[in-house]
Amino acid sequence: MSIGRRILVTWVLFGMAALIVCLLAPLVGSTSISLRRVFDSSIPFEDNADAQIFFVARLPRVLAGALVGSSLAASGVVLQALLRNPLATPFTLGVSAGAALGAMLALTLNLSSGIAGFSAVPIASFAGSLGAVAIVYGLARARHRGLSTNVLLLAGVTLNSFFSALILFVQFMSDFTQTFRTVRWLMGDLDVSSYAPLMAAAPPIALSFAAFAVLPRRMNLLSVSDESAASRGVDVHRTQRLSFLSASLATGAAVSLGGPIGFIGIVVPHLIRLMVGADHRLVLPASAFGGAAFVVACDTISRTALAPLEIPVGVVTAIIGGPFFLWLLIRNR
Amino acid sequence: MTDRGLAAERISFAYGPHEAVLDDVSARVPHGGLVGILGPNGSGKTTLLRLLGGLLRPSGGRVVLDGIDLHKIPRATVALRIAMVPQETQLAFDYTVLEMATMGRYPHLGAFEVEGPEDLAIARAALAATGTEHLASRPFNTLSGGEKQRVVIAGALAQSPDILLLDEPTASLDLAYQLEIRSILQKLNRERSLTIVVSTHDLNFAAGLCRELILLHQGRVLAAGSAASMLEPALIRRLYGVEVDITANAKTGQLTVIPVARAPEAPGA
Repeated sequence: MSIGRRILVTWVLFGMAALIVCLLAPLVGSTSISLRRVFDSSIPFEDNADAQIFFVARLPRVLAGALVGSSLAASGVVLQALLRNPLATPFTLGVSAGAALGAMLALTLNLSSGIAGFSAVPIASFAGSLGAVAIVYGLARARHRGLSTNVLLLAGVTLNSFFSALILFVQFMSDFTQTFRTVRWLMGDLDVSSYAPLMAAAPPIALSFAAFAVLPRRMNLLSVSDESAASRGVDVHRTQRLSFLSASLATGAAVSLGGPIGFIGIVVPHLIRLMVGADHRLVLPASAFGGAAFVVACDTISRTALAPLEIPVGVVTAIIGGPFFLWLLIRNR
Repeated sequence: MTDRGLAAERISFAYGPHEAVLDDVSARVPHGGLVGILGPNGSGKTTLLRLLGGLLRPSGGRVVLDGIDLHKIPRATVALRIAMVPQETQLAFDYTVLEMATMGRYPHLGAFEVEGPEDLAIARAALAATGTEHLASRPFNTLSGGEKQRVVIAGALAQSPDILLLDEPTASLDLAYQLEIRSILQKLNRERSLTIVVSTHDLNFAAGLCRELILLHQGRVLAAGSAASMLEPALIRRLYGVEVDITANAKTGQLTVIPVARAPEAPGA
């Protein structure tokens, strides 16, 4: 099959899979509803309880899960290619924690009113993720040969504990009535019950995905080596900056929406590579769709497994992702 | 047509403020040439190669391609002319051999263009030229060192360059693979008049392959000229600080360098 065809097939198959998961997930819950009744146009919306539950109560949360999942998975792919290390992800590098700190500060300082029409939370969150990415990028550039797995993981552990300490401090200083909510959010929680947070997170995510669209071929070359990319006419520094910036933007927006949900950036791209190979023109779109499906599926588990109790989705992804990550470490020595 | 080819004109380079790696180096690589850059470890071979490929910018002097300053030519255009083979390639991701070769087509494609049948044919032909076509669907990471090096050379050939720069192409290879790489490079030079520059510290590899040699010592050109005139015990002693015997092999006529002892005086004296 030609590469053009493989790209097309990947988009169609993984896109359909994500769509199906996103359509089925809202049907599951305390009240069961039927997809046929939801889309039955003969019943007016005011009288159609199924449609109301679907569109008002459950769909925003599912869409939030899809946005968060695709952003974190795609950012994982970009960071992995750039750092030439399959264990690099927004979560393991501490980028999610940086974004969480930014969002926490914005929430605590009550900046939710917004700057120039944009909600302040995603912006602060982006600032946090950008700060963390800048540190990792600086480390990678200071060590010419790229980051070894050891250095990468240690840097991630360090950044994570650093940001966690600051997050705890901010939490300690803030109003204790908010503590329960923020703790839930910090575990990774998709308790989104309206379309407003989606609207705030969608523009930065769209912007970063526009940048992701031009990257895959260059990512292939960069993931071999900077030198081989440069000798083939890739502007290495520009590509690195664009990648880091867009990955930070997507991570920041995702974290502002769903909290620092972990392990998406590692589990999804790895499973995708097993299915489609290493070419980033296939891995990136497939991971974006796969990440959406994965988070929506995990969130459905988190809503229903111990119903009426809701487990934060970050706990579900951690239960799946933690052992998976360890298995990868063992396999890669 | 006299200035066709690649030339370094009095270039200097330093990675940091303290260490000058190259100092006032001039070198000419004629069109269709087969040139070796020879010198001990740390003499600046790799740096010179990167400067010739335009990956680094000289702090003084200039590199010219067919008479034009290399840094006045857009990178994408340079990539259509010059391909590079790094010393070692280790992958974090499981690209297949064919994917590695196909990546060489990058400079020939537009931003969102995918490789067409023609590009794939070129990539496959490049694999065939290095004897690795049968490995096309194998993951690159499962190959031996020699196979990897040949696939990376194929990737460079798929770029359809007329100049190929190779950094220590045999450094980590055993004897059989060294001979194989040598015969592949000779064939490419002979049959496609591909200009080849190879850096190496291996005297016998250089003797068997190159027509011209540039001897690099502590960032300066010690001497340059035809391979036969460079492979002189006195020059080698100054280059490596080693006494050598140089004889013509009875069977092949190839000059063979046999190290005998460390030279008593300091190298470069």
